[in-house]
Amino acid sequence: MRIGVVTFPGSLDDGDAARAARLAGAEAVRLWHGDPDLHGVDAVVLPGGFSYGDYLRCGAIARFAPVMESIIDAARGGLPVLGICNGFQVLCEAHLLPGALTRNQHLHFRNRDQWLKVEATNTAWTNRFTPGQEILIPVKNGEGCFVADQKTLDSLEGEGRVIARYVRGNPNGSQRDIAGITNEAGNVVGIMPHPEHAVEALTGPSLDGLGFFTSVLRALAGATADGQLAGGQQR
Amino acid sequence: MTTQPETVSSDAAPTKQSGFAATDVLVNEFAEGPDTVEKALASPDELQPHAELGLKDDEYERIRQILDRRPTASELAMYSIMWSEHCSYKSSKVHLRQFGEKAPANTRMLAGIGENAGVVQISDKIAVTFKVESHNHPSYVEPYQGAATGVGGIVRDILAMGARPIAVMDPLRFGAADHPDTARVLPGVVAGIGGYGNCLGLPNIGGEIVFDPSYQGNPLVNALSIGVLPVERLQKKEATGDGNIVVLLGARTGRDGIGGVSVLASATFDEEAEQRRPSVQVGDPFMEKLLIESCLELYDAGLVSGIQDLGGAGLTCALTETAAAAGTGMRVWLERVPLREASMSPTEILASESQERMLLIVTPENLDAVLKVAEKWGVWATAIGEVTPAGADGTPGRLVISWNDHVVVDVPPGSLADDGPVYARPLREPGDLILLQADRAETLPRPSTGDELRETVLRMAASPNLCDKTWVTEQYDRYVLGNTVLAQPEDSGVLRIDEETGLGVALSVDGNGRFARLDPYEGARLALAEAYRNVAVTGAEPVAVTDCLNFGSPEDPAVMWQFAEAVRGLADGCLQLGTPVTGGNVSFYNQTGAAAIHPTPVVGVLGIFDDVARRVPMGFPPPAKAGGDLLYLLGETRNELSGSEWAWVTHGHLGGKPPKVDLAAEQALGRLMSRASKAGLVSAAHDLSDGGLAQALLESCLRRDVGAKVTFPEDGNSAFVHLFSESAGRAVVAVPRGHDKAFLALAAEFGVPVSAIGTTTEEQALEVQDQFTIPLAEAREAWSGTLKKLFGGPAEASGAERSVTLELTDPRG
Repeated sequence: MRIGVVTFPGSLDDGDAARAARLAGAEAVRLWHGDPDLHGVDAVVLPGGFSYGDYLRCGAIARFAPVMESIIDAARGGLPVLGICNGFQVLCEAHLLPGALTRNQHLHFRNRDQWLKVEATNTAWTNRFTPGQEILIPVKNGEGCFVADQKTLDSLEGEGRVIARYVRGNPNGSQRDIAGITNEAGNVVGIMPHPEHAVEALTGPSLDGLGFFTSVLRALAGATADGQLAGGQQR
Repeated sequence: MTTQPETVSSDAAPTKQSGFAATDVLVNEFAEGPDTVEKALASPDELQPHAELGLKDDEYERIRQILDRRPTASELAMYSIMWSEHCSYKSSKVHLRQFGEKAPANTRMLAGIGENAGVVQISDKIAVTFKVESHNHPSYVEPYQGAATGVGGIVRDILAMGARPIAVMDPLRFGAADHPDTARVLPGVVAGIGGYGNCLGLPNIGGEIVFDPSYQGNPLVNALSIGVLPVERLQKKEATGDGNIVVLLGARTGRDGIGGVSVLASATFDEEAEQRRPSVQVGDPFMEKLLIESCLELYDAGLVSGIQDLGGAGLTCALTETAAAAGTGMRVWLERVPLREASMSPTEILASESQERMLLIVTPENLDAVLKVAEKWGVWATAIGEVTPAGADGTPGRLVISWNDHVVVDVPPGSLADDGPVYARPLREPGDLILLQADRAETLPRPSTGDELRETVLRMAASPNLCDKTWVTEQYDRYVLGNTVLAQPEDSGVLRIDEETGLGVALSVDGNGRFARLDPYEGARLALAEAYRNVAVTGAEPVAVTDCLNFGSPEDPAVMWQFAEAVRGLADGCLQLGTPVTGGNVSFYNQTGAAAIHPTPVVGVLGIFDDVARRVPMGFPPPAKAGGDLLYLLGETRNELSGSEWAWVTHGHLGGKPPKVDLAAEQALGRLMSRASKAGLVSAAHDLSDGGLAQALLESCLRRDVGAKVTFPEDGNSAFVHLFSESAGRAVVAVPRGHDKAFLALAAEFGVPVSAIGTTTEEQALEVQDQFTIPLAEAREAWSGTLKKLFGGPAEASGAERSVTLELTDPRG
């Protein structure tokens, strides 16, 4: 399986995302923001960082990068896409996911080891977890406060599209403690904390982050087997 | 856009060191066009504002002799910058020589003092480069940008050596924690360091946060960066090769930071400090990130013949240093420099300290390839000049700079870069030192009962210098790049360098201004000893040193004496420990009016791990079924409290003589810890320093919410001395049951004094037998609330998170 990791100018965790994909058993393929060719990857990770300096608005410029046009099309066609931190912001700006990430309520950048409760496990990126499972993943952001209108929040919860919530403390003031969400099809996931920083005992607070990457491998294996996303919702 | 500097210059005109004459000159340039070499020859007697630019009369005379005419306005500005204290080290040079003269034999050093940063080989193929620098004055004037560009500047030094920057650290010193101005400076500095470093994608792995009234008007913002490079990628700054192209890479040049080094860094503060804000550079970390990636791509493609970063003194420094280093000349066309403001004068372009710029020397055939790489990363790259040959008789070439066909500069580059004035300034021991040293803290009233001791432990844990620093460190990204093995609050930052072999490094940076105030020679050696020990207790082998020497005005003989003593102490200490000084920085004029800061030598020590998997963390691990780990105190505890945190917190007292330094003992401790970690005999180790054993035990317990039961050895010391003495050369270690015999044998082999002081416990409390018990919840309450109360915002970090956080970093796990 080949997982593409996009590098925008200002991407910072692209190397870490590629490492995580490798450790999960995938081949990591580096994708360049200016190149619309996805080089036949089976899934894509939009990594953390400050794409284009986060000027204008986090993710607002990256969303127009040539590579994003291909990713947006492919995602609508079912390609598994994971947006981490800045990548989550890009997915929202690209309207692949609803809502927006705004300045942390306390107005500080915050880096800590954060407990999450996994909810939706029927997505391409979370099917290795069990509902209600608590995992420890580093969070580090200045603009990670998830906001959306009440109606959107209600439908996200109603349709089981919240993939994880913050527990034992909300690090940025996100509405309803939402840490990550998915699209209707379950192939596009955005998460604010950083799974790619929890994949090695030596450098991470846990190994819980690996689950996101092994999940997509299982989903893809399932997809090749029966032509649709394993555990994914019907489109 | 010209109004701002003009306004400021007129306001600042009365102060001798205002330095804005550079922009006064600019006014003339608009009126009559730039001052040229031609005009200088025609009007030899024109009065020039050299004094306002910080040049002494005799220095100005020397410039006239060198040029055999009066300097042009641009030349005058260039000399004033390059001959400033900050660039020329004119007051410190005669002392800094000792770092070379007393350098221990060392085969690892690939580049040393004089380069942008020292380079240390850590394996056949890999080298690391690291350096600490100050950005004190700008950070006081404009805390956010001052601190941010401090990070940016040191990172470019690392980049210029051919290395990929991989981490930063920041030793910070502020005035009294509860002083209103500290509430202005600290949050801005922390946000600036985080804002720049986080956006650059560099983990922040450690540093210091110290409060002391002596820094009230002069906070110290030092920044350290480390980078890694393949040995063969080491870069040079020499502008070699007649006809080679001089390329300016990175941000466009603007009016920010004009005169920064001569205005801010080379003069004491006065009431005009507020008006100097335009002398502070403004940073753009996104541009620096692009600059890093493009430079690394250029290095790997072998497209660079020479490179130098632009920092303090901007183009002036980069042009003169690269040419002087090669003995070549240079021809530069200033109108080619991309500007943010078209109206900038040649003097301003040469003096600008705009950030995120590098100067490249490339061969003509490589130019196109270089421009392509720059274009790929969206970075400006402009050919602004070319290298010219040295004189036929072997004399160095000249630096000739024109602006729209006006020749505004024609100088021997070496006269700016290397031949600046050198002063052997008068030294005098501070008049109050004898009395200060006689006023010993060992004679102060002490707590004696268990309740008094308990109250003192909690009170000290909550004091600004000893309290939990999470409020600050949570604002820094410590995970990015995925190689951070240990970060603050651990004794050292530990980084994995090679994923295959586990090769890694440990870094610690330490200083103690109070000790240095009491005895600058011993104070410098104590700073070195502490940084060395912090690296050693993690199991790494200390190999090299960088230093940032923060002092008051060199024009004050008492300050100069402190500086001379500190340098002598550090040089002697490094010789004895076999750890050479690879580079560093001197910051003078940390003085407001007559009040100088405590002399503050800050020392960074680099250590090497053959395999970072064996690093020893500071937190006691949860007790095993068989029972808790055994706790041992390494080193000798003496009745040493002068300059201690206890004397400061409980009596506001500073006097006496600092603790005894025994570098041989530090070395023995280091060798013991290295061997013990290789053999996997220790589960945790924590250096004893500020606050003594009491604070060390508390920190090791709180790290993972593990209790400890402690009994003091019968060695004649009172419980009070055991708890609060700050004797050097000590550490507390946790040894899993079954390893104790082997560990004690090892300690005996290295001759390290060791006493069994207890065990870790299931019960979450710190119990000192026959004295007191402190539940960890109560200790955490006292320890973790302080900075949040003082500065607001996020502070809490629950112990639960931490205990699980480090579950997997237990060396036995």
